[in-house]
Amino acid sequence: MSEVEVRAGAPGAAPPRPASLSGHYAMRGLVASEWTKLRTVRSTMWTLAITIVLGIGLGALATAETRAHWTASNQVGFDATRTSLIGVFFGQFSIGILGVLVMSAEYGTGTIRATFAAAPRRPRVLVAKAAVFGAVALAVSEVVAFVAYFLGQSLLSAPAIHTTIGSPGALRAVAGSGLYLCALGLFALGLAAIIRHTAGAISAFIGILLVLPIIVSALPSSIGIDIERFLPAHIGQSMLSLHPGIRSFAPWPGFLLLCGYALAALVAGAVLLVRRDA
Amino acid sequence: MIEGRGLTKRYGSKVAVHQLTFDVRPGVVTGFLGPNGSGKSTTMRMVMGLDAPDEGRVTVNGRPYHDLPWPLHEVGALLEARAIHPGRSARAHLWMLAQTNAIARRRVDEVLEIVGLTSVAGQRVGKYSLGMGQRLGIAAALLGDPGVLLFDEPVNGLDPDGIRWVRNLLKGLAREGRTVFVSSHLMSEMALTADEVVIIGKGRLIAQVSTEELISQSSQRFVRVRSPGIAALRDALERDGATTVSEDDGSLSVRGPDATAIGELAARIPVTLHELSPQSASLEEAFMELTEDSVEYHGDVTPPAARAGSGGG
Ligand SMILES: Nc1ncnc2c1ncn2[C@@H]1O[C@H](COP(=O)(O)OP(=O)(O)OP(=O)(O)O)[C@@H](O)[C@H]1O
Ligand SMILES: [Mg+2]
Repeated sequence: MSEVEVRAGAPGAAPPRPASLSGHYAMRGLVASEWTKLRTVRSTMWTLAITIVLGIGLGALATAETRAHWTASNQVGFDATRTSLIGVFFGQFSIGILGVLVMSAEYGTGTIRATFAAAPRRPRVLVAKAAVFGAVALAVSEVVAFVAYFLGQSLLSAPAIHTTIGSPGALRAVAGSGLYLCALGLFALGLAAIIRHTAGAISAFIGILLVLPIIVSALPSSIGIDIERFLPAHIGQSMLSLHPGIRSFAPWPGFLLLCGYALAALVAGAVLLVRRDA
Repeated sequence: MIEGRGLTKRYGSKVAVHQLTFDVRPGVVTGFLGPNGSGKSTTMRMVMGLDAPDEGRVTVNGRPYHDLPWPLHEVGALLEARAIHPGRSARAHLWMLAQTNAIARRRVDEVLEIVGLTSVAGQRVGKYSLGMGQRLGIAAALLGDPGVLLFDEPVNGLDPDGIRWVRNLLKGLAREGRTVFVSSHLMSEMALTADEVVIIGKGRLIAQVSTEELISQSSQRFVRVRSPGIAALRDALERDGATTVSEDDGSLSVRGPDATAIGELAARIPVTLHELSPQSASLEEAFMELTEDSVEYHGDVTPPAARAGSGGG
């Protein structure tokens, strides 16, 4: 290996930029690249598999248990739709972890430097990540929600009560739970762009979902009750229920608020990506 | 072409790079030399638009990196080895980079072939040896067939065969008219590879010279003397104002008088001479001399006794 050929062509002249390339590197390429990144690491498969197994499995378990121990008194306040969607509350952690990893794994491994060298306009990279991860998260979450719903309702055979997708609010709750997971995942992605460390971003994400509600419930109830409905987890409860509590945001306004949180985290992440050294 | 103008970078109160101005021209290999912590990697990150300079600016082909329309087609870089997701295969890593800049899939296979990783391209990078990781980094740098290339310590972790391969690669790239900027803290390696060197110490430019010039300009010329009466000769030389160092092999290195003057002095004492040979400093020594005052981290390895008795060891 004495002579290393790197390029066919005449020596002595600097290679020009290929004439076929005009304009600028484009979003299409960045999205394709993010899709390649997402499907070529194992953590994607694991987190999605866990989301599917928990989302569908726990819903099936909960509805089967309810049916097995059914008594007439169960009927009071029973929400068949929500019971079948119980797994979504566990799926939110695995989807969130995937959202974090999409960003933080690049920092953890140093790939981020190659990424930003290839695409120095950093907010575009974040947009491409959000688009690809958001689409995958939404598709998987909706499949999980609908499968869990139909499976759960079929397990709630008579005398237990069940709903059909045509029942008032049922479609909204099922489709909404997929939307909830997707928006929450994007929020986690934004957090990771801000925090950049996997462990830190996952801690923050889980803290917001689990610890924040505990802190709020410890506040004097006059204050706590007003704050509670702003919490992402509380918005999720409302979106998944057929009859949200009167102090909660209604499902769609709640969802918009959640999207606002995700957007705020992503915008803050984008600003920090530009400001900080890679 | 890379042009750095007054580049300054601070990390907190620490000045990593200070007012650095340099040019890296096409068609030659430009070495970037400095002791550990002198700011080479920081400078390269600023060229690549990864770290923002606090002052000054740097352009590639006349533009700030951020404004390059197709970055990978103009610039390729190996920054740190192993800055790659360990769970991804080499082919997947290169392909995801290629996609960002509309690089054809067959180019991925081409660069894998160039660096000799074709047979392991489907393996997870985490299983790669240090040298294989380095080769993958080089493949990534070549991906867009760029006219400007940066390599940060490319021979780290490579065996002698690999080092020779990198050397030939760099020279070949420069011969094709590309701009090649390669950092190292080993002058000896650069002497074999670089046509020109940019030398920094503590983040400041010490010199930008051709490699030849650096060797010939070195003030570190001395005469090696061997003699059975070395002690008497040393005393006489020192009385005349020469600087002497007794080497471990029993010879005496003399700075100041030239070989003729030393020979005549020996004849007057008289002592027999077994060797009287003028030496020019190696590049490594020239480099050490230049950066002497700007070494960031001194390793104190000389035993106290040897230091105290440098004249009579
Ligand atoms: N991200 C950072 N944060 C804080 N300090 C930094 C950072 N990067 C570099 N430094 C400091 O800046 C100085 C220059 O570091 P740099 O890595 O550029 O040196 P180098 O010449 O590449 O050294 P080496 O030969 O060891 O690779 C060092 O003192 C280092 O500690
Ligand atoms: Mg370095």
